[in-house]
Amino acid sequence: MIIQAIAFYMLSTVAVAAGFMVIASRNPVHSVLFLILAFFNAAGLFVLLGAEFLAMILVVVYVGAVAVLFLFVVMMLDVDFVDLRKGALQHMQLGTLIGVIFFIELIFLIATVNVTPEVSAQGAFPIPGPDERSNIAALGDILYTDYIYLFQASGLILLVAMIGAIVLTLRTREGVKRQVIADQVNRRREEGVELIPVKPGEGIKGT
Amino acid sequence: MTTLSSSLSLAVPELMMAIGAMALLMFGVFRGDKSTSMVSWLSVLLFIFVGLNILGQPGERMTAFSDGFVIDPFSQFVKVLILTGSGLALIMSMDFLKAERIARFEYPVLVVLATLGMFMMVSANDLISLYMGIELQSLALYVLAAFNRDSQRSTEAGLKYFVLGALSSGLLLYGCSLIYGFTGTTNFDTLREILVPGEWSLGVIIGVVFVAAGLAFKVSAVPFHMWTPDVYEGAPTPITALFAAAPKIAAMALFVRVMMWPLSGELGNIAPEWQQIIMLISVLSMVVGAFAAIGQTNFKRLMAYSSIGHMGYVLMGLAAGSVEGVQGVLIYLTVYLFMTVGVFACILSMKRKEGMVEEISELSGLAKNQPILAMALLILMFSLAGIPPLAGFFGKFYVILAAVKAGLVPLAVIGVLASVVGAYYYLRIVKIMYFDDPAEPFIQPMAGEMRVILGVSSVFVVLFAVFAFPLMSATSYVTQSLF
Repeated sequence: MIIQAIAFYMLSTVAVAAGFMVIASRNPVHSVLFLILAFFNAAGLFVLLGAEFLAMILVVVYVGAVAVLFLFVVMMLDVDFVDLRKGALQHMQLGTLIGVIFFIELIFLIATVNVTPEVSAQGAFPIPGPDERSNIAALGDILYTDYIYLFQASGLILLVAMIGAIVLTLRTREGVKRQVIADQVNRRREEGVELIPVKPGEGIKGT
Repeated sequence: MTTLSSSLSLAVPELMMAIGAMALLMFGVFRGDKSTSMVSWLSVLLFIFVGLNILGQPGERMTAFSDGFVIDPFSQFVKVLILTGSGLALIMSMDFLKAERIARFEYPVLVVLATLGMFMMVSANDLISLYMGIELQSLALYVLAAFNRDSQRSTEAGLKYFVLGALSSGLLLYGCSLIYGFTGTTNFDTLREILVPGEWSLGVIIGVVFVAAGLAFKVSAVPFHMWTPDVYEGAPTPITALFAAAPKIAAMALFVRVMMWPLSGELGNIAPEWQQIIMLISVLSMVVGAFAAIGQTNFKRLMAYSSIGHMGYVLMGLAAGSVEGVQGVLIYLTVYLFMTVGVFACILSMKRKEGMVEEISELSGLAKNQPILAMALLILMFSLAGIPPLAGFFGKFYVILAAVKAGLVPLAVIGVLASVVGAYYYLRIVKIMYFDDPAEPFIQPMAGEMRVILGVSSVFVVLFAVFAFPLMSATSYVTQSLF
């Protein structure tokens, strides 16, 4: 029990500190590296909760794909982050004010929470404990059985996004030389090779 | 617990649309952009088959997919309206796309996918499926708004629509998460059991306010209407015709379902918490729609403000929250669909040698150049203004009657006054057509499909009194499924 508590406090402290460093560090590459650290710690918290599948997915998807994509973007685009930060500092006071107002409102909201036992028992699809059903099976139940309709709908939304990206950006440019494999395969020996009898000492005249 | 096959059998129209869209996409990819009109007609054919299938569905309330999806007579009625709107917009697009050299086969495919999103909105029985439907519809519409990608106005319209639409989705999701947090469920049927009208907790009220704001954005009700005039003006005209009809109907039907099913008790015992919100946005929409339209010179912008005003009237029916109110909403939406499509058929016929024109002043003296077109536009304008015995009058009549019966007399009075103000700018168009000096005539003759659409909508508007009785009995039957 005590080990779990220590692990929890360690992971969450590092996660929060890394999250702060993401926005505080001057070098954007360092920001992304801190982001990866934060992801790893969040994954550790998931393991503590018994959600090992989510933890692995977090590492694979976020660290493996998203963060690396960020790194690429940061390194390939020439964005002047110092300039961007100047703008952010100008609006610091207003931003802080809005943040404080939201925070106070949230506190008021939470203070009025009055979740009755009947309501909290209303979970649409109660999730069985880890000892009854493994993580992956429980997630699969929800994604592919209970919410199959929404799962398919999100597939359609992604299809629309793909069509949209192609419609809005793909242009067929003039004068671009393309490789046409069929033409290459269909090319015959006679079209490409010519046998010229060369007499000794004369070389080739005109080709 | 329903089995998957019984769920699928209830969602056959949606499945047909989804599979049809993908098949059309593959067809278009292999045949290239020259197949655009072929794909368009195939889409219209698909719409007809889907419509027939919807009419053949059982006329009772049934849920599927773990209660996330519902079909009932209400959704069937609205889906047929949506198919009509999308189909007519698609038919009107073909010539325009060719003339503007933007005929690409993705256009009809995106329209089909947007229509599928609207179907999902109308059949939503869960906050998540509501959101999924809205996103599928909106995402396709954002792309369509920017479809003429070489035109700066079209791109701007698409971008503006996208950014503001994303904002409204954020509001909607925030509201959904609050409702979920305070009730523990996203399902509409369960919410209906839990939420007792008049006794909501503060968190639920805040959640409903955010959801209402997100939905008001989708129906472009004031104060969430800012995007409408710019998007309507910038988007290619037939796409504006699509925007003005089908998505408005879908969003309004969704609005009605969210307010009347999960957020109301049995037997039209509506919650006072949301009624005041709807009343406020209804009044604001009617007033802003009437006054802001006066100064407009662009016909498409004018139609944008006109649609804002009309949505205000539809919301009046919802604010009444009674059987008559919802019935008024459905009648108004039917009438609005035909009027809007007719007016856009006119706008799409405003074509000169140098291209399309959109200014109202270009209509001057139309009565001398093209008397039949002018006559049709006159009928539609009178109907939009709500002059009896045309269709627009009956639409307004039923919602105002419902509001008075529900005791919302001030709302009804403001509605009548706003319609008087609104009559000014509709009649100004009639005056420009009939009493001003003729401008250079438009290219004649009009395209055949425009003539048919314009003819059908004018005849519907004029002879509405004949259709009123069957429409009344149909809507009264349909409305029962929401109470």
